[in-house]
Amino acid sequence: MSNAESHGPPEPPGGGLDEAGYLAIEASPEFRRLRSAFRRFVFPLTAAFLLWYLLYVVLSAYARDFMAKKMFGEINVALVFGLLQFVSTFLIAVAYERYSRGTLEPLAADVPTDAPGASAAPPEEAGPGRTRPATGEKEAE
Amino acid sequence: MNAHHVLAGVTAASKTEQHRTISLVLFAVFVAITLYITIWASRQTRTAADFYAGGRQFTGLQNGLAIGGDYMSAASFLGIAGIFALSGYDGFLYSIGFLVAWLVALLLVAEMLRNSGRFTMADVLAFRMRQRPVRAAAGISTIVVSIFYLLAQMVGAGALVNLLLGTHGEAAKIWTIVVVGALMIFYVVVGGMKGTTWVQIVKAVLLMIGAVVMTVWVLSKFDFNLSHLLGAAADSSGKGDKFLQPGLKYGATDVWSKLDLLSLGLALVLGTAGLPHVLIRFYTVPNARAARTSVNWAIGIIGVFYLMTLVIGFGAAALVGSKAIMAQDKGGNTAAPQLAEKLGGGAGTTGGAVFLAIIAAVAFATILAVVAGLTLASSSSFAHDLYANVFKRGKTGERDEVRVARVSALVIGAIAIVLSIFARGLNVAFLVALAFAIAASANLPTLLFSLFWKRFNTSGAVAGIYGGLVSAVGLVLLSPICWGGKSATIPKGNADALFSETTVAPFHMQNPGLFSIPIGFLCAYLGTVLTREKTDEKYAELEVRALTGEGAH
Repeated sequence: MSNAESHGPPEPPGGGLDEAGYLAIEASPEFRRLRSAFRRFVFPLTAAFLLWYLLYVVLSAYARDFMAKKMFGEINVALVFGLLQFVSTFLIAVAYERYSRGTLEPLAADVPTDAPGASAAPPEEAGPGRTRPATGEKEAE
Repeated sequence: MNAHHVLAGVTAASKTEQHRTISLVLFAVFVAITLYITIWASRQTRTAADFYAGGRQFTGLQNGLAIGGDYMSAASFLGIAGIFALSGYDGFLYSIGFLVAWLVALLLVAEMLRNSGRFTMADVLAFRMRQRPVRAAAGISTIVVSIFYLLAQMVGAGALVNLLLGTHGEAAKIWTIVVVGALMIFYVVVGGMKGTTWVQIVKAVLLMIGAVVMTVWVLSKFDFNLSHLLGAAADSSGKGDKFLQPGLKYGATDVWSKLDLLSLGLALVLGTAGLPHVLIRFYTVPNARAARTSVNWAIGIIGVFYLMTLVIGFGAAALVGSKAIMAQDKGGNTAAPQLAEKLGGGAGTTGGAVFLAIIAAVAFATILAVVAGLTLASSSSFAHDLYANVFKRGKTGERDEVRVARVSALVIGAIAIVLSIFARGLNVAFLVALAFAIAASANLPTLLFSLFWKRFNTSGAVAGIYGGLVSAVGLVLLSPICWGGKSATIPKGNADALFSETTVAPFHMQNPGLFSIPIGFLCAYLGTVLTREKTDEKYAELEVRALTGEGAH
């Protein structure tokens, strides 16, 4: 459940954490678990789809005989390879959505954002403190 | 030409009149609807968050449609369909880059940006840094990218009006640019992000409907057999199987032209996640989950759309034929509208006139929605980054900032109109690819290092932005786009070159990305490691906020 209530309606002044508070959260095991779960999924997948895409572009530039091979009817390797780029893009989007809901959002909800170190100091970013904590991944459904 | 043709020509002329009228009426209806929406939106716009971020109340689906509306420009509808129609397979190289690029935005950028920023790209870039230098650099890069993209769209609109409405002469072009510019200024100044978003949603729905109808119609002519369509397109093109293989347009000549293809591919796939007008769309939803679902919707919509442009482009090659397309526009930009005319019954039929008119009106709606998004991105950045944080050092109220944003939308829009009128005779299609290259070289390295590299600092951010920006623009200034002399890369020379048609370009590629993207990353890296400043504490805050949503606006 969202802890929006504890911070009141949309944009109360203040309500942010101070620097020590953020450092404390960053050092917490819950946050480290979330970060490594995020990076473990996202970094290899990014490398994989970029390489897969670059392979397609490189083959289009340098392996034209291979790309020209007809597979069925007028449909050649180049077209199938191109369509597979669409398929892989859709699948990665679906996989990330599932991973976010199943793993990242629960992990984010476990991070103790009201940990000791939280204070009433206004956030440091320029502009008024229009904070609305606990949106996004913390919202469980 | 025999008598039969002459007669057909005469009827075609009156049908041209007919489709022009229908086009103008449909376009007027679209404009009326969007003006109404804009005025409605202006009544809902009170705070800075309303103006910059549409009140952060759009749903994932709505924002996904708006992202599609922002992204599926005339270049991607008419341009990519045209490449398919004239150069066959190579259209796919473009559209696949445009689509796969969204994974970078989805996995690395969208949610973290939503959680840690407020209104502009620079909010995140400057988060850990000294505000003024980074905001100044990010603001300049935002405005340069947006204005280049804007010019390509507006000059394109001026060129299209003659083709789509059958008008002639310079006056029609100038009027089109002025009308498009005036409407976009109105959308942004009056409606802010809320109005602009709804314009983009309406446009995305219209464009998708138009594309679905055309795609199904084309496929029905070939028994819903893709292989038959491809075969007919290859036959009709006169290029045979080559038409279905990569290489007719990109990487066709020497070693440089193949590298040019790689360079284009890199800029396309890495550029999207650094385009400011795309990034600010993530602020219009209430939270990171909605930002993520909106990208997922966008990937679905944009992916299906590009699959349809394949059918539309090959359909135009098969049914209209490259000769008839080239006769209208050497660049192939009229392939889709000409296909519509053919599907409706052909030139000189009422059905043909009606469907042509519909697609032409959709094309203009497309341009309007895109230019509005670009104007909003650049004016937001001017007001929030340059005015409020660089000039006024953060000492300004929201009300003042929004007023400045409105004024700067007016000024930037006016500048774009004037520049487009002067540039209307030039071939500025390259500006779209250049905008992607700058986004990938200047914005993306800084954005990724900001989010993921603890050691990153102010000097690194500033060096990355300026290094990427200068190298991308500089290489294009040395390229065959500006110097059109004959070389192995362009055996025929480039008669449309901006500076000289005879001097050979010192840099042989048209796309700078292959060099400027690594330069951008390298500058950001060196700028950081050569200076002492550390931003560890602020990085802790950024990281916690970006990943958990703590303290999100």
